[in-house]
Amino acid sequence: MLEERVAEWRAYVRRREAIHEAEADELEDHLRTQVAALRQAGLAEDEAFLIAVKRIGNLDALSQEFAREYSERLWKRLVVSPDPSEAGGGWNKEAGVAVALAIAAAVAFRLPEFFGVHIEGPDGLAPFYFRNFSLFVLPFLAGFFAWKRGLEGVDRFRLAAPFVVAVLVVNLLPFTPGGDTERLSALHLPIALWLAVGFAYAAGHWRDHAKRMNYVRFSGEWFIYYALIAFGGGVLMGSTVFMFQAIGMDVERFLGTWVIPSGVVGAVIVGAWLVEAKQSVIENMAPVLTMLFTPLFTLVLLTFLVAMAWTGSGIDVEREVLIGFDLLLVVVVGLILYAVSARDPQAEPGAFDALQLLLVICALLVDAFALWAIAARISDFGFTPNRVAALGENLILVVNLGWSAVLYARFVSKRTPFTPLERWQTAYLPVYAVWAWVVVVIFPLVFGFR
Amino acid sequence: MDIGKDLVAASATPLVLAILSEGESYGYAILKRVDELSGGELQWTDGMLYPVLHRLERNGYVKASWGRSDTGRRRKYYRLTDRGSEELASQRLQWQVVNSTLRGTSFHPFQWVPGSV
Repeated sequence: MLEERVAEWRAYVRRREAIHEAEADELEDHLRTQVAALRQAGLAEDEAFLIAVKRIGNLDALSQEFAREYSERLWKRLVVSPDPSEAGGGWNKEAGVAVALAIAAAVAFRLPEFFGVHIEGPDGLAPFYFRNFSLFVLPFLAGFFAWKRGLEGVDRFRLAAPFVVAVLVVNLLPFTPGGDTERLSALHLPIALWLAVGFAYAAGHWRDHAKRMNYVRFSGEWFIYYALIAFGGGVLMGSTVFMFQAIGMDVERFLGTWVIPSGVVGAVIVGAWLVEAKQSVIENMAPVLTMLFTPLFTLVLLTFLVAMAWTGSGIDVEREVLIGFDLLLVVVVGLILYAVSARDPQAEPGAFDALQLLLVICALLVDAFALWAIAARISDFGFTPNRVAALGENLILVVNLGWSAVLYARFVSKRTPFTPLERWQTAYLPVYAVWAWVVVVIFPLVFGFR
Repeated sequence: MDIGKDLVAASATPLVLAILSEGESYGYAILKRVDELSGGELQWTDGMLYPVLHRLERNGYVKASWGRSDTGRRRKYYRLTDRGSEELASQRLQWQVVNSTLRGTSFHPFQWVPGSV
């Protein structure tokens, strides 16, 4: 009888997604010990069982505590009921809001057309759209999360502030058209505003490390979904053009000016909604890709270092080669970040962790060679906004990777647990935000808008 | 006696660490010890101990290992790490400060020499 009841109870416990096999084992052991103690005190079997179960406490509250502790588990497992603490209600309502916001963003994107501002400028994208692109889309995304998380009162103003500042800075400052500072501002604004959206995602709790890591996970999944939607959209557009051509109609112009921009903009919101709705049903993709590409990148970097040593040639410093190394570091930081986001924090250090340490060290060595080569020639080239930005980014990423290497070394040699690594990555996120805002606002002022 | 929820939650970490400093233990035994030490005044909800233990493990203050109970069942044992000892000492100090402030006596950190009686 007791065995049956315990098995039943255990099945009930296991249904909670935050409680895994190991925890269920622990709780069962506790239950049985308690039952044994009560029976020794003279109680009958069923009485002992009932009291023991009651003493373990409310299972809903308990699984919430476990869920808070292991929030990363909720990303991979099925969460059957929507979180009742969130303001939004139900799957369908959320879909409706997401689609409505996507349409609103698409309409907003086309609105300037009616005031005579065209998408196509004299060469490619018009400067107005180039500078303001993220402002047509990201406020709507921020609004989606503000609604979903039920952002209240003062936090709404805190969320709106960066967007207002961005609108003013990007449109009122006297940029030289087509100049370096304009381009740098336009490229860094999406980064700054993406992190502002993170404020809404975290429901205002931007200091919470767990919420920051969740936003990192969200960003990775969103990027993959967006790429997939873009690919699918491309196929769809291609097929449409082909089919209509077959009946003698040329739809390219219509697609190019109306459908494609709306798709590009709307997919941002729709992608975010999909990630939120499906986050627990589909295994996270970003960490899987990370596991695949980490060994490949490590191999490439090792080969490069060996080749450099073998041929004895230094890095041939052309004018803008630093940007290439910046991108390399971005990729490595990305690989580390997403590996960290998916790792079980209690697992022992393994071969993959050692591999990541190797990856970081190789990347730092390669970057060190590049910086050394460039430093020797910097006086010849002078300080343009592009170069200062590239150098700044390089240094920011080097600091991140350098300390990560130290923490990885400590972790692999079992001197510290995994948590400091996670903390370092999430603590570093505001640095990117600060840098992005510096480039958007301060660079133009310092470099005289050229 | 009814102890406030927040106080119970706040005292959980130092109590668990202190009990583990007495030696390696497991969940049920820790609870019994708390009951013993508090003379029955502290009534912890049994299940809630485990998320606390897991948080401590995650932060590196305790180390867990699976063993066998005397009936042969799988049981998870916890023991204090060096970092845990340091954290315990720090928490004890914090509680002393709060306690003596509450009693109305002043606490002068510069006059207290560690290790002196």
